[in-house]
Amino acid sequence: MVPLSYYLLLSGILFACGVTGFLIKRNIITIFMSIELMLNGVNLSFVAFAAHWHVLAGQVFVFFVMVVAAAEAAVGLAIIIAVYRTRETLNVDQVNLLKL
Amino acid sequence: MTPNLNLWLIPTLPLAGAAINGFFGKKSSRGAVSAVGLFFSGAAFAWALSVALRFSSLELPYQEYLAHWIRSGNFTVDFAFYLDQLSLVMLLVVTGVGFLIHIYSVGYMWDDPSYYRFFTYLNLFMFFMLTLVLANNYLLMFIGWEGVGLASYLLIGFWFTKDSAASAGKKAFIVNRIGDFGFLIGLFLVIQHFHSLNFSAVFEQVRPIAPETAGAGLLTAIGILLMVGACGKSAQIPLYVWLPDAMEGPTPVSALIHAATMVTAGVYMVSRSHLIFERAPLALTVVAIIGTLTALFAATIGVTQTDIKKVLAYSTVSQLGYMFMACGVGAFSAGIFHLMTHAFFKGLLFLGAGSVIHAVGGEQDMRNMGGLKTYIPITFSVMLIATAAIAGIPPLAGFWSKDEILWKAYEANPVYWVIGAITAFITSFYMFRLLFMTFWGDYKGINVDDHGHAHAAHGHSEHGHGEPHESPMVMLAPLMILAFLSLVGGLVGIHNAFQHFLDPVFGSEFPKAVTEGAGNTEWLLMGISVLFSIAGLVLAYTLYVAKPYLPQKIADSLGRFYSAVLNKYYVDELYAKIFVKPLVNGSTAVLWQGVDRRVIDDTVNNAADGARHVSDEVRHMQSGNLRSYAGWIAAGAAVVLAYMIWRGVAR
Repeated sequence: MVPLSYYLLLSGILFACGVTGFLIKRNIITIFMSIELMLNGVNLSFVAFAAHWHVLAGQVFVFFVMVVAAAEAAVGLAIIIAVYRTRETLNVDQVNLLKL
Repeated sequence: MTPNLNLWLIPTLPLAGAAINGFFGKKSSRGAVSAVGLFFSGAAFAWALSVALRFSSLELPYQEYLAHWIRSGNFTVDFAFYLDQLSLVMLLVVTGVGFLIHIYSVGYMWDDPSYYRFFTYLNLFMFFMLTLVLANNYLLMFIGWEGVGLASYLLIGFWFTKDSAASAGKKAFIVNRIGDFGFLIGLFLVIQHFHSLNFSAVFEQVRPIAPETAGAGLLTAIGILLMVGACGKSAQIPLYVWLPDAMEGPTPVSALIHAATMVTAGVYMVSRSHLIFERAPLALTVVAIIGTLTALFAATIGVTQTDIKKVLAYSTVSQLGYMFMACGVGAFSAGIFHLMTHAFFKGLLFLGAGSVIHAVGGEQDMRNMGGLKTYIPITFSVMLIATAAIAGIPPLAGFWSKDEILWKAYEANPVYWVIGAITAFITSFYMFRLLFMTFWGDYKGINVDDHGHAHAAHGHSEHGHGEPHESPMVMLAPLMILAFLSLVGGLVGIHNAFQHFLDPVFGSEFPKAVTEGAGNTEWLLMGISVLFSIAGLVLAYTLYVAKPYLPQKIADSLGRFYSAVLNKYYVDELYAKIFVKPLVNGSTAVLWQGVDRRVIDDTVNNAADGARHVSDEVRHMQSGNLRSYAGWIAAGAAVVLAYMIWRGVAR
């Protein structure tokens, strides 16, 4: 059986990749995908713990996270399309109207 | 059976008047303001009279409880009033003379733009003065004491746009603070040792104490501290300097506050505390010496002054000295007697001087007057009566009271009598000098105008063009009433009737052995003092009517001494050098530049500057860049994680 720590390590690597992508990428689609990566990293640790402790709550949480992620993807992609239509760019550094 | 006198009405009525005039006076007509001012002060007088009428049926001292004020453990101070023979005399003098001066002010102040303000202050003064007189404990008395100081300050600086008036007001207030400091310390001592400020309670405990003949003790300390307070309020050496400057106020104020009533508060307070003083011979001696010296000192300054109100101011200081001399030799009733007659004739003198000033259009320098007796005969005749009264010519009011004081002083120590008699001579001289300079000779005011000089300070009123003119009836009527009182007011002293009236208050616990042949000595002394008065009159007549060139010659031959007296012995300059200047310099260097700027300002400024600098650095965190926020969050999370891992490993 694969030890719990392996899962957690993988989960941490996934999350760290997500954070790094979020921080260094300028393309909004990529950033979006990085967020999904972070969510999935968290999901992995949820199911790993659920399996380890034989508690179903962790798996139920994962469903919640997936629902939220799906809703987020729907709304987020709609926003991205709207932004692209008005500003003709996906570079977040250029979407800075609210900055001083 | 003691009826309820409702004493509280007496101070409260003028307070109501002050409130009404203060809040609504600005929009009201002059007539309405005068009606309110006169009604409420008159009502207080009427109530005081009705109290006096029912006086014989009272159980004395009558006390009236109004409301409680301070209850702390077993120490209580109440709003309560106290009536005995002494407060009745003060009550009648204050309300009576006060009411007359209110009437007079209607005429005198009519043209002033701040007419309502004047009556507001005047009524306010009456309220505080009556509180002072009627209080049944030292603390309530102190409220009145401070309150009259406030009213005095407001009224001295009534024409506050004039620089000299504003600073005279400040001077009066500050000098009085020094006295009040002593008064307060005295009260603290009373609280510490007698656990009460109530007159009856304190005196009850003082009564069994034996006189401190052996040396200075607690009562001596209290007595001297109370006397310090009295020195401030009643303008005695060394705190008299504010009173002459207080003449910057309108003349009715000088008459009411700085002659008839407020300045006598010190005499009242010392007399009220007579049980303490009688048991502290040293304190009494201090009182007597201060009084005697002040009497002589101020009288000599009065001789050289040329401003009519300044002469009267120094005369007031001198007469107050007489009252303290009386208190100091244990003749409290004589002091109160002189207080009463002085209120009549000095009030009259000031009001008369006001009438003269009114007549010549704001001029106060007597050298520019002269010959006024034909222009303003009524004012002249009342001034003549008042002058004769203060000079001690029998049978006018001043003669009786001054003679009483001198006799008691002689009994105590002939030195007091000698100085007192010399002072009486000087008093007579400078008062008749005032009279002759003002009313005899030729009128010089017009000459001044002819030579094209600016007519000296017009004061508040706009008349004074052309010939001097008599004042309106509303000003003359109070003058006549006061003149009548100055004529007959002393007669209550015949057969010591006044003294016997006050006996229940002052008692005679330490009766002095009656000297053999005292009657003859008294007559002799009386004769001498009358002679002195007449000598003063004759001298003044010689110098200022018969040979008017002489005064300048005498002044020249006296040289330095004369100029010292003319400059009031340089006391103001001395005080400025010794006290005022070091204080101002010290405050500037230490308190302002040191404490205020270096410590207080810098603390505040540096704290603000520091906050600004830190914020300046920290604000870069809030760049508005979403990814930098995310970076901070990630970094923070990393730190927390690292910490938790470290804790886990360490355990």
